[in-house]
Amino acid sequence: MREPTIFELSSTGRTGVTFQEPDVPLSDFPQEFARADFPFPEIAELGVVRHFTKLSQKNYAIDLGFYPLGSCTMKYNPKINEATARYPGFAATHPLQPEDTVQGNLYLMYTLQNWLAEIGGFADATLAPAAGAQGELVGTMIIAKYHKDHGDLKRTRILIPDSAHGTNPASSAMLGFDPVQLPSDERGNVDLNALAELCDDTLAGIMFTNPNTLGLFDENTAEVIRIVHEAGGLVYGDGANMNALLGVFKPGECGIDVMHYNLHKTFSTPHGGGGPGSGPVMVCQKLVDYLPDPHVIMTDPGDEENPPTYGFARPEKSIGRIKTFHGHFGMLVRAYTYIAMLGQEGLRDIAEKAVLNANYLQAKLKGTYTLPYDRSCMHEFVLEGYWKDVPDIHALDIAKRLMDYNFHPPTNYFPLIVHEALMIEPTETENVETLDRFVDAMLKIAEEARTQPELLKSAPHNTPVKRADELKAAKDLIFCCYPVREWEKS
Amino acid sequence: MFTPHTKADVEAMLKTIGVEKVEDLFKVVPDKNRFPDLNLPLPLSEMQAATELDSIASANATTRDFISFLGAGAYQHYIPAAVDNLLQRGEFYTAYTPYQPEISQGTLQAIFEFQSLVSLLTGMDVSNASHYDGATAAAEAVILAYSQFRGKRPKVLLSRAINPQYREVIRGYMQANDAISIVGDDPETGIEPDLQKLIDQIDLDTCLVMVQYPDFFGRIIDYAPLIEAAHAQGALVAVVANPTALALLTPPGEIGADIVVGEGQPLGIPLSYGGPYLGFFAVKNALLRKISGRLVGETVDTQGELAYVLTLTAREQHIRREKASSNICSNQGLMTLAATIYMTLLGKTGFQQVANLCYQNAHYAANVVQEVPGFKLPFKSTPFFHEFVVQANQNVPELLAHLQDHGILGGYDLNQDYPELEGCLLMAVTEMISREDIDYLTDVLSEVKHA
Amino acid sequence: MLVPEELKYQKTDEWVKVENGIATIGITDFAQDSLSDVVFVEFAIDPDDEVSAGDSLATIESVKAAAEVVFPVSGKILEVNQVLTDTPELLNSEPYTGGWLAKVQVSDESELDKLMDAAAYDAYCQDR
Repeated sequence: MREPTIFELSSTGRTGVTFQEPDVPLSDFPQEFARADFPFPEIAELGVVRHFTKLSQKNYAIDLGFYPLGSCTMKYNPKINEATARYPGFAATHPLQPEDTVQGNLYLMYTLQNWLAEIGGFADATLAPAAGAQGELVGTMIIAKYHKDHGDLKRTRILIPDSAHGTNPASSAMLGFDPVQLPSDERGNVDLNALAELCDDTLAGIMFTNPNTLGLFDENTAEVIRIVHEAGGLVYGDGANMNALLGVFKPGECGIDVMHYNLHKTFSTPHGGGGPGSGPVMVCQKLVDYLPDPHVIMTDPGDEENPPTYGFARPEKSIGRIKTFHGHFGMLVRAYTYIAMLGQEGLRDIAEKAVLNANYLQAKLKGTYTLPYDRSCMHEFVLEGYWKDVPDIHALDIAKRLMDYNFHPPTNYFPLIVHEALMIEPTETENVETLDRFVDAMLKIAEEARTQPELLKSAPHNTPVKRADELKAAKDLIFCCYPVREWEKS
Repeated sequence: MFTPHTKADVEAMLKTIGVEKVEDLFKVVPDKNRFPDLNLPLPLSEMQAATELDSIASANATTRDFISFLGAGAYQHYIPAAVDNLLQRGEFYTAYTPYQPEISQGTLQAIFEFQSLVSLLTGMDVSNASHYDGATAAAEAVILAYSQFRGKRPKVLLSRAINPQYREVIRGYMQANDAISIVGDDPETGIEPDLQKLIDQIDLDTCLVMVQYPDFFGRIIDYAPLIEAAHAQGALVAVVANPTALALLTPPGEIGADIVVGEGQPLGIPLSYGGPYLGFFAVKNALLRKISGRLVGETVDTQGELAYVLTLTAREQHIRREKASSNICSNQGLMTLAATIYMTLLGKTGFQQVANLCYQNAHYAANVVQEVPGFKLPFKSTPFFHEFVVQANQNVPELLAHLQDHGILGGYDLNQDYPELEGCLLMAVTEMISREDIDYLTDVLSEVKHA
Repeated sequence: MLVPEELKYQKTDEWVKVENGIATIGITDFAQDSLSDVVFVEFAIDPDDEVSAGDSLATIESVKAAAEVVFPVSGKILEVNQVLTDTPELLNSEPYTGGWLAKVQVSDESELDKLMDAAAYDAYCQDR
């Protein structure tokens, strides 16, 4: 049943949470600046609580079931993270407090910078970026500034594999680079011949996702890095898929120059219905001076009597500030908590189980669904959601039908290089019973595609709403549900 | 702990896959780099982690330990209990971006309501689903305006009374664009409230004029003349607004702003040492197609039932790739939910009460502080909301240290950004500051004078 | 799929018709069909702009896709079809008539020789 909007629920005169009257002598409000009307909703507290509780019940979530959404790493978000991030000692600190009053925050940030650098094999890290896409922006800014500082002004091209996330070309373009698409070879690796041909003294760098969006570890990793470095380019690592490599491979050790993590993927901070993310960026030694402002350093190593102290410093050749204050601190507390509980062995266990789960699903599904790149996968794999004998059935239909079996669908239509892609990432936190139930549903759907195709075409059947008319949304352009405002009537 | 696999599970799974051991799945990783050592502390149990984090948190002194007059872009407000209680529902915070509308109507409707409230608050036609924070929203406004004129108007005018961090972020975002000229916030143009020197710089090359409302110094300024002058030259106007103040102030949309952005933290989001917050971003209909970031629209499903979907996605990076005007992918989903719940819960009455408490407390504070010998209000003749500048007859860092010794975070030292404001302090007063707190402040300030 | 005989085509699915040195440019039936319902047209040029072949003319958005339209010929912009701003669906219903995008005073007619004729374009589309 449809839940009314907050404006429909509103009745003149009701109040939710109210406040005391001022106890200071009153000052007049300048009437020339006073707004004429303020038609905000008027709903009592219980009405508000029920409204949002009912809305929550219209969502699917990790806490409700299996969420194999490829490239998003929908792993369990530990409850302890939510508790620690809310400790008043963290949550009630103002970002502009004097450094001597926030030594706990600064210690946590300093330590996390070091941990994240260590896990990826880098020299240092910044915690400032608000999300993976902003991390990419920081990474490309660093690449741009590095070349500029070296007087290398003709380096204007950035190579981007055809399997990459859309943020890669968009980030490069924002920095004025010319993104050049790099083809993949028949095994899903970067095509080395094409790479060599595109490398010259106009190359700024490459944005290299490894494992790539097909879930494959690039078999030519070392070669790709060598070729780009020999041409004078830098290698940006898109670390979106680091969940497969924790404790397994340090990209920095292998020559990646700069890379971001998505804390909301790899390090278990919640996705929150589309954010907030957090996208720390790690760099190799030659790029540490370019990190954004602010950066946390140890200001005094301390001694037997006194603990070390920490503070902010602007790196010497910094690309500058990319958001207010110091990054998504609340997310940093969660990631710190997670890493502290896992340590080296726990992190490697994450990667191993994520890869085990993905290979298990791949092995069970590949006979029934086409697996375009048939080799051992990392944390995810991509199937074709299309069969030649039932050409009317598309990946989208399979995705929607999965909802009837109470599963979140895999990512579909990405990566672009696979026809009717279904990108499946089970993550390490799912048990084998869940994986088996998912396999059963996928096999059943493949059968239904032949026997009762209309079941797929009309799916989903049990969800709060059915398939939505996206064309109507794009034509009607209704973005608000407020009443007409007084000043607009005149 | 977080991985549920038993030994038997692993063995059975490996058999299905057809390999002997888990390590065999990683043979593709170069030999010499495979399974490196990680120099990390030994793992902690949940109980140990809780204790460690508690002890780190306890090494901070917070706005609860001090009486805090710090604002300058982040504000201490009371957050009703229901906000976090609802936010902690797993159905909300463990969901992904609502790309599958059939099973994401909760998130979608909440964002739709957020867009509606922001449109109403700012007086604009369309709000998006949010940006990272106020500063990045301001940077996106610059990108929008620049691309609206396809680069043919290369000049952006920023008021010097915009939060210095916002101006820094705007320049950071535009650092690779040599064609754009971001000016107007120099000491020569200054910070006079009449803005005449800024208005004089508006010309046919100007794509955007940006001002803050109330400005960084808390001042409420009539921007109608500036907006009129900008529109006369065909330029767009963006206003950086404080959402709490907008509960009482004429919305920028009503006086002609083309874009309104701002920091949503005051709307029920904890200070949390600077993030995560949210940036709101609203425009007039004429610019709707140029909005970057997510938008939720209303439609119907195959049964004719009302439904919400992400719409106009062809603007975004996952479709336009290098042709997209922004690379933004996420929005501040959970933070927009917090703001939506906060605004709904306070509603018409509570929200205006909070704004009025801020206004009244701040004015009481300003009045009593200026009565302390040695302190004055340099912008006394201009109306202000809940932040004001105090000029002290002495070294500000020393004054702040003295206040800190007496349990007070005195405010923000303006001299670090404004050489012309030597000895000046920016103080914020919200509903969280009581009359007693303010009286105590003046007591301590009076002692300073005698010291 | 309609491929009118009298037009010239380029690989990125634009058609061009030249009469008295004036080129009218649009997108092909194949292009509108693969985009599906067009909801928005954003022009990248104004009248009087000088453009070169390969420059961006417009971006066309459908519900799930966006496509860039590029100039097949160089010259000076005489007119853009503003009607499409309010009725972008003309690109779907009348790609070769009401859905034209721009008119250009052609500066170098020899550029037309590099374009495909209807038969070549039709064959090219069959292969995709």
